[in-house]
Amino acid sequence: MMDASPPSESKLRGWWRRGRSWATGAEVRQLARRRWIDYAFLAAFLLLIILAASVSDVFFTSRNLGNLLRQIVTNGLISLGMLVVILSGGIDLSVGPIVAFAGIVTAGMVQLQGLPLPVAVVIALGVGLLAGTFNGYMIARFKLQPFIVTLATLGAIRGLIYVYSQTPITPQDPVFRSAFGTPLIGPVTLSVLIMLLAFPVAAFFLRRTTAGRAIEAIGGNEEAVRLAGINVRAHIMLAYIISGLAAALAGVLLASRLGIAQPSVGAGFELDAIAACVIGGAVLGGGGGTVLGTFGGVLTLGLIDNLLNLFNVQSYYQQILKGFIILFAVLARRRER
Amino acid sequence: MLVMRGIRKSFDATQALRGVDFAAEAGEVHAIVGENGAGKSTLMKVLAGALARDGGEILIDGEAVEINSPMTAHRLGIRAVYQEFSLVPHLSVSENILMGQMPTTRVRWLVDWPEAHRRSREILARLGFAGLDVHQAVSRLSVSHQQVVEIAKAAAVEPRIWILDEPSAVLSQEELDRLFALIRKLKSQSTLILYISHRLDEVFQVADRITVLKDGLHVGTVRPGATSKPELIRLMVGRTLSEVYPQSRRPPDGPLLEVDHLGRPGAFESVTFSVARGEILGVFGLVGSGRSAMARAIFGAEPAETGTIRIEGQSLRPASPRQAVAQGIALLTEDRKRDGLVMHLSVRDNVSLSSFGRLSRSIVIDRARQDSAVLAKTRQLDIRPPDPGRLVRYLSGGNQQKVVLAKWLMTEARVLILDEPTRGVDVATKVEFYQLIGDLADQGLAIILISSELPEVLGMSDRILVMRDGRIVGESTRAEATEEAILSRAAGVG
Repeated sequence: MMDASPPSESKLRGWWRRGRSWATGAEVRQLARRRWIDYAFLAAFLLLIILAASVSDVFFTSRNLGNLLRQIVTNGLISLGMLVVILSGGIDLSVGPIVAFAGIVTAGMVQLQGLPLPVAVVIALGVGLLAGTFNGYMIARFKLQPFIVTLATLGAIRGLIYVYSQTPITPQDPVFRSAFGTPLIGPVTLSVLIMLLAFPVAAFFLRRTTAGRAIEAIGGNEEAVRLAGINVRAHIMLAYIISGLAAALAGVLLASRLGIAQPSVGAGFELDAIAACVIGGAVLGGGGGTVLGTFGGVLTLGLIDNLLNLFNVQSYYQQILKGFIILFAVLARRRER
Repeated sequence: MLVMRGIRKSFDATQALRGVDFAAEAGEVHAIVGENGAGKSTLMKVLAGALARDGGEILIDGEAVEINSPMTAHRLGIRAVYQEFSLVPHLSVSENILMGQMPTTRVRWLVDWPEAHRRSREILARLGFAGLDVHQAVSRLSVSHQQVVEIAKAAAVEPRIWILDEPSAVLSQEELDRLFALIRKLKSQSTLILYISHRLDEVFQVADRITVLKDGLHVGTVRPGATSKPELIRLMVGRTLSEVYPQSRRPPDGPLLEVDHLGRPGAFESVTFSVARGEILGVFGLVGSGRSAMARAIFGAEPAETGTIRIEGQSLRPASPRQAVAQGIALLTEDRKRDGLVMHLSVRDNVSLSSFGRLSRSIVIDRARQDSAVLAKTRQLDIRPPDPGRLVRYLSGGNQQKVVLAKWLMTEARVLILDEPTRGVDVATKVEFYQLIGDLADQGLAIILISSELPEVLGMSDRILVMRDGRIVGESTRAEATEEAILSRAAGVG
């Protein structure tokens, strides 16, 4: 039987939830009650696109859009890991060196050890897994502050990289670049595809799995989660493992895109990732944040970089801008809790 | 069914449980009473696995069980509603209710959301709160509905042992009736209900047996029919409470603080009163009556927008607590942990916090002067242990409150505003406080005593103001005031 009246709000909500399983009911509802700051970011984002299109005739070329997508792969993946950690109430400052380490291990395994690329990638991801496990174990087992632990590993891993190789490694095998960098659909390469798929996967993990829910709950009230009979330690560790893995994957894809693995790469990557999460509405210290918002944050930052590149603005100006965006976003949301 | 033997538990140097023996049967409501710090909550947390015990054994149905985490307690069918909320504010009602037992799909690690919402609706309906929106974030609920969620959480599975730690503090009478109905139902299904409450009326109403704890020891188990309230209090406190309130007081002097048409739109309006030197002015009102907002305005924490304040005839308009303190006004806030104390600092630091100017030479604190001043206050208020170096977080609630009071006495305040000074303080310390407040008034301080405990207001005050909806709706002297008259004024009936 057809109902002539317009669907009720709750029906619409149900439709949203069924229709877009990864933009979940809670996320949609959260979108509905966004504050002015969210609209401000959304408006800024649209404004950026309009600005880009009107002042630059190369912006809307498939070449530039392809570039834009390839450029946000790194930050996109790191930001997702960062979001998971932020939701758990922590922070991961060690992502930059993990990116560099994973990249240089991949390149080294291919170029120096002569291993096939898939094996090298698995080893690089293992590096990320180890780093994340270490972070998570120290934080969960000894109740140390995530800020301090990951600051310490930030330094330690950077040192480890130079133990492994003091010079950049450039694999001669063309597969190193082509495996992830060959356009598949239009300008979309495998690396872009991996990044784009990672977002729905992360949303699904956070919203639909028991582990994802536990992690988000821990960020809100750790004691409540413990009293509910949930293994808090294991879930905190899992959050950092996810972040480590995501950063390692980002490192592999970055080295592949550049064709060269540099030991010094990754400085300030944690800033970009935290910025993306915060722009997207994540609350530092735990208490909310969405994958959809983080995607918006990643796109916005990518767009800013892309535009400033098109106008040949030096990259350190981009850093200044990002620093202030984080401050602004945190400032504007400070009463939300 | 449940036997706990020789349970011991220490926090740092404090022995909370010193070998408690406790036994209860299936299908009974067993109340546990005692002063603050008697060990009731600690004992329950040990049973629920939230705290690890130092010694003793727990037997269920005659078998020794190992409870070392909330997880193992859950597996044994033990569920607890804690005094402090253990909710995750930004998550939904459903998720909070089912935390740790989210229904999953056939793939074990996937949450089945429709089932989760259905199940939590069903649990809430069982509690008589079918109307609560399960999608709502818990942070958006009222405090009493949050308590309902907390209770629903523990009722999510049919527990064998159900622990309720002060469940009634924030519930309305109607909500409490529904809770009692649920308790009776669970009881008939031979659940053991352990009920902790400060409200003895409630205990007599609901309990089959009452166990009294004192100083971390079991002092007796009685049946409500075979005892009385005074008898129970005697067991709890260890002595009779013949003289709770100070009896002989000096008559008040001339007016010290005069408040005229003070107001802040939305909080309180046109508040006019005066307090004399040596007078205790009681202010009674229900939560939300504007009493705390009025106090904060006089103290400059959230300044008033209209009206005047005069102290000894001199007009002042404190725009910040700093200015108010300089004028000799002190405010003991209702939430000492949030507004009154720096928990990770010592008694010495906390007591000196508002008097650094007096205790220092130029910018350096004079340690000798500070030590002797702090020690003097420690003695005057009998803060235990008398160790100024002790961190306040290791003190009991009553002693923490004394530290806050000491801090204000240190400023040589002339006007002392006490907002719920005896909340969360055990009976014996309450009596000490009453004597102390009386002494302070006798020393010439003007005291404003804000309280929601009517007997306290009636017993302590020279005059009583009643507030409702941000206005003063009644004033009477101690002699003419009656409990009924004040209550009906405050509630707006009659």
